[in-house]
Amino acid sequence: METNELNVSMTNGQAVLQEAKVLVENLDFWYGTNHVLKDVSLDIRANKVTAFIGPSGCGKSTLLRCLNRMNELIPGTRLEGRVLIDGRDIYRNADPVMVRRRIGMVFQKPNPFPKTISENVIWGARVNGYKGKENDLVEKCLRKAALWDEVKDRLNAQAYSLSGGQQQRLCIARTLAVAPDVVLMDEPASALDPIATAKLEETILQLKERYTIIIVTHNMQQAGRISDRTAFFYMGELVETDATDQLFTRPAQKRTEDYITGRFG
Amino acid sequence: MASSQQYDERLDSRRRRGLIFSGLLFVATVFGLVVLITLIVDVVMQGAQWLGWDFLTRFPSRIPERAGIKSAIVGSIWMILLTAGISVPIGVASALYLEEYAPRGWFLKLIQININNLAGIPSVVYGILGLVLFVRFFALGRSLLAGALTMALLILPIIVISAQEALRAIPSGIRESAFALGATRRQVVWSHLLPMSAPSIMTGVILALSRAIGETAPLIMIGALTFIAFLPTSVLDPFTVLPIQIFNWTARPQADFQSLAAAGIVILMIVLFLMNLSAILLRNHFEKYRSR
Repeated sequence: METNELNVSMTNGQAVLQEAKVLVENLDFWYGTNHVLKDVSLDIRANKVTAFIGPSGCGKSTLLRCLNRMNELIPGTRLEGRVLIDGRDIYRNADPVMVRRRIGMVFQKPNPFPKTISENVIWGARVNGYKGKENDLVEKCLRKAALWDEVKDRLNAQAYSLSGGQQQRLCIARTLAVAPDVVLMDEPASALDPIATAKLEETILQLKERYTIIIVTHNMQQAGRISDRTAFFYMGELVETDATDQLFTRPAQKRTEDYITGRFG
Repeated sequence: MASSQQYDERLDSRRRRGLIFSGLLFVATVFGLVVLITLIVDVVMQGAQWLGWDFLTRFPSRIPERAGIKSAIVGSIWMILLTAGISVPIGVASALYLEEYAPRGWFLKLIQININNLAGIPSVVYGILGLVLFVRFFALGRSLLAGALTMALLILPIIVISAQEALRAIPSGIRESAFALGATRRQVVWSHLLPMSAPSIMTGVILALSRAIGETAPLIMIGALTFIAFLPTSVLDPFTVLPIQIFNWTARPQADFQSLAAAGIVILMIVLFLMNLSAILLRNHFEKYRSR
């Protein structure tokens, strides 16, 4: 296998040598003629939670969808630049099906399949050719998503019978079942109440031990609570990326400061 | 404060208009029902004297007392089964291709417009096509197969359009999350899209087949016979169907044949009702899949 790409990034004046799990290089993206990502370069580190913040329409969700080639499913899009996962370009000589298996995604609205709880977890594994014991995998994934205790007695109930927060954690369990390295989350808590959100955030913090997590959020407190690093986007450009506590206390850019202090957006 | 009072004054007239509107809707519904019930009662009363087991089990005859509708019932059932067997797989497959696989662009739009237009072409035109293509060119003769192929062409656009609409109604989150798990398009189609759209597709199929069972013109065009005193044993045999038998009886001058036609219409309605009922039961069975 190829070696992991090493890259040096500057954090508050200190040179830090870090493994880049995901490396975005000079990425441009268009919906038709609408230029939504402009020359974005970014590295994302393994086993960290990285938050993408910025006002609506700034391109943060689009970037997230570029990282597992979900944007290709929309007709009329165009991409330039490179996205490397573990040093390997996911757009050249790569199978999108394989890319999406390795880079899981949890969506804004909980969207379980209209099947039972355990079928929801097992389906992805099954279509990818899972050969092991299905019950074991279901339990393992539901435990990782902190849902096992709530559903272990009704694994054959319909997924729609769960609450919104439970459905979202079921979607996380479903994603983990195909053994991804990176989990992308697109505003996963925006449809949830505060208690369900707290539970989801707790789950995310547990997951970062084993997974690299990238989360898009509109909620700056949430970014502050769960992320190690934060990237601020504005009008399709990456304005600033830094350790979360740095970015929130001493932003380098005026636009970042204006946004996080609530002067716009 | 004055403006608030002004709004209250209008409340009475708004309520009155609402009542008039709902009254009009009720009258429209009653109008349709009354006409329909009158028709049914009239037909049943006229045909009642012939309805019975003998009518169902006898072949047509020149003597009204001996005439039955057996060959037409069997012909219609054959016809519907064959038509469904041909048009449903082709229609659903086309809809899947157009919705899920075909690259977007002007060519797809052109195809779409044409399919929509095909749904509006008079059925007799399909009959001419069937005569040229299936009866003569493929030399299938005046057979069940030629008739079923013609009928299948006739209802194909309806099935394609309704299946496309069923696929479009599936929330995009289902497709997205399935793809995000590393599923191939084929897996997404078979595991999610087809089962989820099956009830709506079934509704479209019911409507399409109900149209096919009542169609007469295209089958007259391809030369379905009006007098068949035997049952078809293969798809290449000549045949007749209920609407053609009814048409044949109404064309005769004797009053007895007129009432035989009425009895035939009652049978056609019963067959149609049974077909819709079974299709609805089948649809409800599929619907359990997405019960919430």
